[in-house]
Amino acid sequence: MVDAALERPAAAGAVRKPSALRRRLQRKSTIAFLMTLPLILLIAALVIYPALYSLHLATLNKSMERFVGLSNFAFLFKRQTFWMVVKQSCIFAITAVIFKALIGFVVAHFVHNIPTKGQRKWRGMLLVPWVIPPAMSTLAWLWLFDPSYSAFNWLLAKFGVEAIPWTAEAGWARFSVILVNVWIGSPFFMIMYLAALKSVPEQLYEAAAIDGANWWQRIWYVTLPMMRNIIAITALFSLIVTFANFDIVRILTAGGPIDQTHVFATWAFWIGIQGGDIPLGAAVSLFMVPILSIAAIFILRDINRRGNEA
Amino acid sequence: MTTMKLTRRDVLVTTAAAGAALAMPHVRGAHAAGKLSMGFWDHWVPGGNKASQELVHQWAEKNKVEVTIDYITSQGNKNLLTIAAEAQARSGHDILAFPTWEPQAHAKDLEPVDDVMADLIKENGAVNQTVEYLARADNRWIAVPTCVGSQIKGPCSRIDLMKELAGIDVQAMYPPGGPPKADAWTLDAMLKAAEACYKGDHPMGIGLGQTEDNVDTAGAIFQSFGADLVDAKGEIRVKSDAVRQALEYYKKLAQWLPPDAPAWDNASNNKYLISGKASMIMNPPSAWAVAKRDAPKVAEQCWTHGMPAGPKGRYSPFLPYFLGIWNFSKNKSAAKDLLRFLGQPSSVEKMVEASQGYDLPAFEKLTTLKIWAEEGPPKGTLYHYPNPHNHQILSIAAAPAPPKIAHQIYTQAIQTKMVVRFMRGEKLEQTLAWAESELEGFMRT
Repeated sequence: MVDAALERPAAAGAVRKPSALRRRLQRKSTIAFLMTLPLILLIAALVIYPALYSLHLATLNKSMERFVGLSNFAFLFKRQTFWMVVKQSCIFAITAVIFKALIGFVVAHFVHNIPTKGQRKWRGMLLVPWVIPPAMSTLAWLWLFDPSYSAFNWLLAKFGVEAIPWTAEAGWARFSVILVNVWIGSPFFMIMYLAALKSVPEQLYEAAAIDGANWWQRIWYVTLPMMRNIIAITALFSLIVTFANFDIVRILTAGGPIDQTHVFATWAFWIGIQGGDIPLGAAVSLFMVPILSIAAIFILRDINRRGNEA
Repeated sequence: MTTMKLTRRDVLVTTAAAGAALAMPHVRGAHAAGKLSMGFWDHWVPGGNKASQELVHQWAEKNKVEVTIDYITSQGNKNLLTIAAEAQARSGHDILAFPTWEPQAHAKDLEPVDDVMADLIKENGAVNQTVEYLARADNRWIAVPTCVGSQIKGPCSRIDLMKELAGIDVQAMYPPGGPPKADAWTLDAMLKAAEACYKGDHPMGIGLGQTEDNVDTAGAIFQSFGADLVDAKGEIRVKSDAVRQALEYYKKLAQWLPPDAPAWDNASNNKYLISGKASMIMNPPSAWAVAKRDAPKVAEQCWTHGMPAGPKGRYSPFLPYFLGIWNFSKNKSAAKDLLRFLGQPSSVEKMVEASQGYDLPAFEKLTTLKIWAEEGPPKGTLYHYPNPHNHQILSIAAAPAPPKIAHQIYTQAIQTKMVVRFMRGEKLEQTLAWAESELEGFMRT
């Protein structure tokens, strides 16, 4: 072990002991720290500094000349549009995560039941939506939903169905952005759930079968409890990413019609960069932090508790 | 104390070195006048960047300045991000291209250019009130209007469809080479034409979305009714009869627009024209230029002309671009000299020609360049684009509100949102109350 200092033979007598610094440097924890230091510095520069800077920005007035404390947040709380954005962000993130989890769960089961030989191909194909950069795939979706030349509407017209205002009506526009998010994000859930499924011991299913459990009971009493932690962690990660989503809404609807699809990130960009009110934009983007922190605390606490019980 | 002995050789060497040092200012090296970096708008007309590059290099060679040019796209608001980042970091280019509202948004970070503007106005004539509104802060010029990227977003009509469906001869109204005969071209006439074109399955392609093209049209129509949401003193005036009239008019117009108009972005009207569906769109000649390439039959029928007049005048959306010098620039004198050079009539003409007439100078003596009379097909289609007979007031949506408030009104697309709310059945007074609440929010300093 690196931690154990080797003793020199007593006969050596006059040989010097390793210095304190040398001993410290030889410790496992010190080496680990030094090896992670570049990453820590990178995170400090690219995550912690911007986060603190945006906190600082959120406390400035519009012209960024004086400190106004929490006035920007107080101002936001009085805005009707802000509360609409809060509602829309919640609808967008929660609905999308639920559907991603459901679809991921079902598809993971299908893939799990495919013979090992052909499974790899299916896994690869199903991951495609997740692998393509969202900005690019959303552009393709934009063409499908285009207000005037929607490919979907062209198909519907072939069956005599009236054109659907995919991005012009609030309900359809929200449906469209959620659909694209689900399409992009489901493979992540699928691959995580598939990994979890593969780690469920086969003996448990055998025991359940001997006890006379049907398909549904096997899912409910064996699969789900064994996958609970993965489901919780995946949902948490996805919730954070979905809440912070920018590209899909930005490309597909730009927040319209009449702001009815804006989420925090797109509205923050709209106000901060396009509208030239950077402090208010920073305040909008920071509003996500407490919501996600609360969600993270609850989910991680639950996982921890179950870990301890185990 | 130490004493120094100087040999004859030391004296000679020192004298030679001192002489060389004293003579240095008179030596003109390749880049004796220092360095200058600039971030220009990445032109979407092919060849547009090349013209500005050649001009800058011509100036740099003559003045011995080492120049670096970056062309920054406005796609995805990359130019706005660059401006915001450089203003925050107080570092970056010396000269930057600023779209419409950006000089006012960064007024405190910009070097005053009164001297440059005085020279250019003397040479090229006065600039219109919108340029003054957008580029003057605290009675000082903070940026210089540039033709590159500047545009008027007036109507671009289909000659055949307007004649056939609405009985309007746009070429007769706006004859090439002569002043407009457009007294009958009013908002009421446009409403009737919109109905006829809609019924003829060629609606006017006017959007009601939240992006610039949509907001610009709404702004001009509101101004034609005298419907200011906020006045020049910063007082909210949204609950006025003029605003009510503008909204009532827009509601009538909206029923004859494409049903998906509330979802339109800046590309939608261009696509609508090129598809052959639109009888009219509100756009600078870029849509026509693309049609020339992709749908020549459509392009041959396009005619760019003035806006219809309303009860309070004939307003047309004008969106100037500016070149500004950061006050943290290290070579301000060279930067000013370059801005003067780029504002020379010969430089402007070169850039306008490279853009096929898209770029628009803001100075009055430069609105009659021959390119606009000659461009086609059809020949003369761009003659009235630069407003050569001053028959319409060039303005920007949300003016005359103080620019910092107007910027918010414009970016948040308050006017088109009001129209969409009202046309979807919201009560007029409710729409006005909503707008008033939004406007109150823009009053923060």
